[in-house]
Amino acid sequence: MTRTVHETARATKGRDLTATETKTPESPGRLRALSSRQGAAGDKVFSGAALAAGAIILVVLVAVAVFLVVQAMPALLAPQSQIANGEGFWPYIFPLVVGTIIAAAIALLIATPISIGVALFISHYAPRRLSQILGYIIDLLAAIPSVIFGAWGISFLAPALVPGYTWLSSALGWIPIFAGPPSATGKTLLTASIVLAVMVIPIITSVCREIFLQTPKLHEEAALALGATRWEMIRMAVLPFARPGIISAVMLGLGRALGETMAVALVLSSGPLIASLLQSGNQTIAAEIALNFPEASGLSLNTLIAAGLVLFIVTLAVNLLARWVISRHKEFSGAN
Amino acid sequence: MSKRIDVKDLNVYYGNFLAVEGVSINIAARSVTAFIGPSGCGKSTFLRTLNRMHEVLPGARVEGQVLLDGDDLYGSGVDPVAVRSHVGMVFQRPNPFPTMSIRDNVLAGVKLNGGRLSKSDAQEVVESSLKGANLWNEVKDRLDKPGSGLSGGQQQRLCIARAIAVKPDVILMDEPCSALDPISTLAVEDLINELKERYTVVIVTHNMQQAARVSDKTAFFNIAGTGKPGKLIEYADTTTIFNNPKEKATEDYVSGRFG
Ligand SMILES: Nc1ncnc2c1ncn2[C@@H]1O[C@H](COP(=O)(O)OP(=O)(O)OP(=O)(O)O)[C@@H](O)[C@H]1O
Ligand SMILES: [Mg+2]
Repeated sequence: MTRTVHETARATKGRDLTATETKTPESPGRLRALSSRQGAAGDKVFSGAALAAGAIILVVLVAVAVFLVVQAMPALLAPQSQIANGEGFWPYIFPLVVGTIIAAAIALLIATPISIGVALFISHYAPRRLSQILGYIIDLLAAIPSVIFGAWGISFLAPALVPGYTWLSSALGWIPIFAGPPSATGKTLLTASIVLAVMVIPIITSVCREIFLQTPKLHEEAALALGATRWEMIRMAVLPFARPGIISAVMLGLGRALGETMAVALVLSSGPLIASLLQSGNQTIAAEIALNFPEASGLSLNTLIAAGLVLFIVTLAVNLLARWVISRHKEFSGAN
Repeated sequence: MSKRIDVKDLNVYYGNFLAVEGVSINIAARSVTAFIGPSGCGKSTFLRTLNRMHEVLPGARVEGQVLLDGDDLYGSGVDPVAVRSHVGMVFQRPNPFPTMSIRDNVLAGVKLNGGRLSKSDAQEVVESSLKGANLWNEVKDRLDKPGSGLSGGQQQRLCIARAIAVKPDVILMDEPCSALDPISTLAVEDLINELKERYTVVIVTHNMQQAARVSDKTAFFNIAGTGKPGKLIEYADTTTIFNNPKEKATEDYVSGRFG
């Protein structure tokens, strides 16, 4: 980066020199050569390909949405007494939506600060060799399939957390979310959330690290030259610059946490909606669909697809919200 | 409070590469000193050692002494962060913080080190710093707008305001006008002339007329060839450097017969 600063310095000087040269008028022959535009064909091919790719994405998206709506309709229109063992669709889906959002929210609450911290350590504190190694490890973690995280959650994390849950419920049991008696297996929504957090940490960290590394040296040096410590420099130059990127990274993690199926299905011993995070119970949409899809047919299949549609809408709404948050600060984003 | 700078036998290395060799120079308080010389001769490198900003670059280190009114900047136990709050720096490209308003940019350095300001104190610092940087009249109605919305010249003066808001002893400027148009350049040069009444100013420039216009003393740096270290060739009153320099190399450079 410093190199580039110096290179631009030199480039600027180069321009000063050439600016004094008298400009040679362009000959007509040269103009003709320019207007023949050899690259025009390639340009057309590329723009055609780009257009086609864009169109395909749109078509697929619309097709999925149409499929979801068409298949979900029967469940929404049928007499509610026939849906979900007579429960009705909305009473059936509501706890799932709440469970999904709580699990994802807790996961992000845990994952975001850790990810930002790790990413900052890699980008601004660790010596170069160490940060390279850490970077590889993080990217590797991001590639681990979710079923492995699920297996780890069941066989190691859940039992390991039981003593902690017991303590939590005895110490903070008066808070509804920590109400006892805690699950003896540890297969609770909180465990599932922690597994989700572990799964999204590599994603958020990896994106954040890239963004932190792109902070203009110019602004980092501006802060340091004012007498900022490294942490003050990070607060002044790095974090404000990275804010939209951090939000995007968190949204990426949120997308994964909302839609994660396997890990939750394995780790959570599901049940009806309850406030306590330390007891078995609660369920997420994605896990519910995965667990029930194999045996579903007819109207119960439509019900699951309608649940999928709701998940789709929740994800979309969350993304729109994030975009709105980012755009609110456009004026100060440094993009202008 | 402006302070004098005395440099004794300073070598600067990037890793094993000796970039600047054996510089000794005495810079008086309340003066403007210009560093001139061909590209790559180590002006920026040397300038950065005057507030330890070179330590930000990987592998950069110094040997020798830099004394600020007699205090060694490289003495054991001296915190580079503290050094930089006494010796401010303005960069080649204007670099206001894009996410901050004009007001917050000016206050950025003041709020560091846990500094808390009452609203009226803050307003006073903002006004006096912007006035000190000849920018007040242009921005007083839009202090809450982003600093990145200003013209390049205004941004550079905002950076100067930000630097003087922390009340440094010395202000270092590395080619502060090279990204500016002639009018903005004049505005910054006028400002430098005013700054020297209160600060010690050191400026790197490639523009001889600028060096002649703004500085009291001029230091000419040169390099014997690529891979060789840069050296301080001649340091004297600006009029001497430009009218009857002692060294042949200086004369060639200032008369444009360089290379
Ligand atoms: N970060 C760095 N790492 C290694 N070498 C560097 C670094 N920065 C500068 N150098 C080298 O140090 C020498 C002096 O560079 P410096 O930027 O100080 O020159 P300068 O006089 O400021 O040039 P210019 O007028 O182009 O700004 C050059 O040979 C340069 O390649
Ligand atoms: Mg330079």
